[in-house]
Amino acid sequence: MCMLDRQSHRLRRPRAHVRPASQRALEDLRYIRETMELSSAFTATPGWGQVLMGVTAVIAAATAARQVTAQAWLTTWLVEALLAVAIAITTMELKARRRGLPLTSGPGRKFALGFLPCVLVAMLLTAALTRLGLARLLPGVWMLLYGAGVITGGAFSIPLLPAMGSSFLLAGAVALFAPIWGNLLMAATFGALHILFGLWIAREYGG
Amino acid sequence: MADRAKLRLAPCATTASRPEAGVSRRVEDLPELDRTIHERIRLGIVSALAINDSLSFNDLRRLLKTTDGNLSVHARKLEEARYITCNKFFDGRIPRSEYRLTPTGRRALEKYITQMEDLIRRTRKG
Repeated sequence: MCMLDRQSHRLRRPRAHVRPASQRALEDLRYIRETMELSSAFTATPGWGQVLMGVTAVIAAATAARQVTAQAWLTTWLVEALLAVAIAITTMELKARRRGLPLTSGPGRKFALGFLPCVLVAMLLTAALTRLGLARLLPGVWMLLYGAGVITGGAFSIPLLPAMGSSFLLAGAVALFAPIWGNLLMAATFGALHILFGLWIAREYGG
Repeated sequence: MADRAKLRLAPCATTASRPEAGVSRRVEDLPELDRTIHERIRLGIVSALAINDSLSFNDLRRLLKTTDGNLSVHARKLEEARYITCNKFFDGRIPRSEYRLTPTGRRALEKYITQMEDLIRRTRKG
């Protein structure tokens, strides 16, 4: 009987390496936290798309700076906005497809729900301010609303997005009270910030 | 032979009667863990889905660094326990699977975390 026990004990010798329950519990909790942190990296935000949007924004800023009328300046930026939307949708769709999910699922839908109201408000304010001849305030308004949209849309995404949104808010506040810097700040935010954060996202969060 | 047996029994008996009753009592005190999510891959799936509305099969496979077969087996166990749901659909001609955590699964994860925390707390007190 005991021989059997002893034998089975011998067979089970590797159990001597079994970790104490508390250690296993600690490891489990660490594993849960790490998995949650890693899985939050699955963002719908397309890093390379942002880089491309940044490049087109720098070109648009340079072009807009040469325009002599407010109307031409506005048209330049509106064309750029349409181009940026097309780039964003295409690259988000490509990234979502790579993940094996439709664009409207999970992170993509959350981002859209947080971001789109700000876009809508920006469109309305653009029309209203232009009619009132206050187009010089538009860069500040655009940056503030874009920043607010990115912060709310990116609240459940990677931490980089709220950081990027905050940078837009800061620049927007400056542009609102110093409209003379508007075009330059547009190049710095919609251009340089997009390129910078886009490269970061592309490198850290899978494209 | 009987004496031999007794001799052999002796160490076993000694081991059993060692003052480790405290240890065995502590083992008895251990909470009954949910075997469904105690397994590493399954715990990973549930944890990842706890903070994501949904994740695809590809996402989970990449995240948990596991094979297709292993992931599907564990995901199916979680589905059977009604901890997760799987929505299968076609993206063009490509079959896709989208996983979501159910309220039951979320409660199971919360309970599991609480049990682990309790265990650590008790060990530190002891």
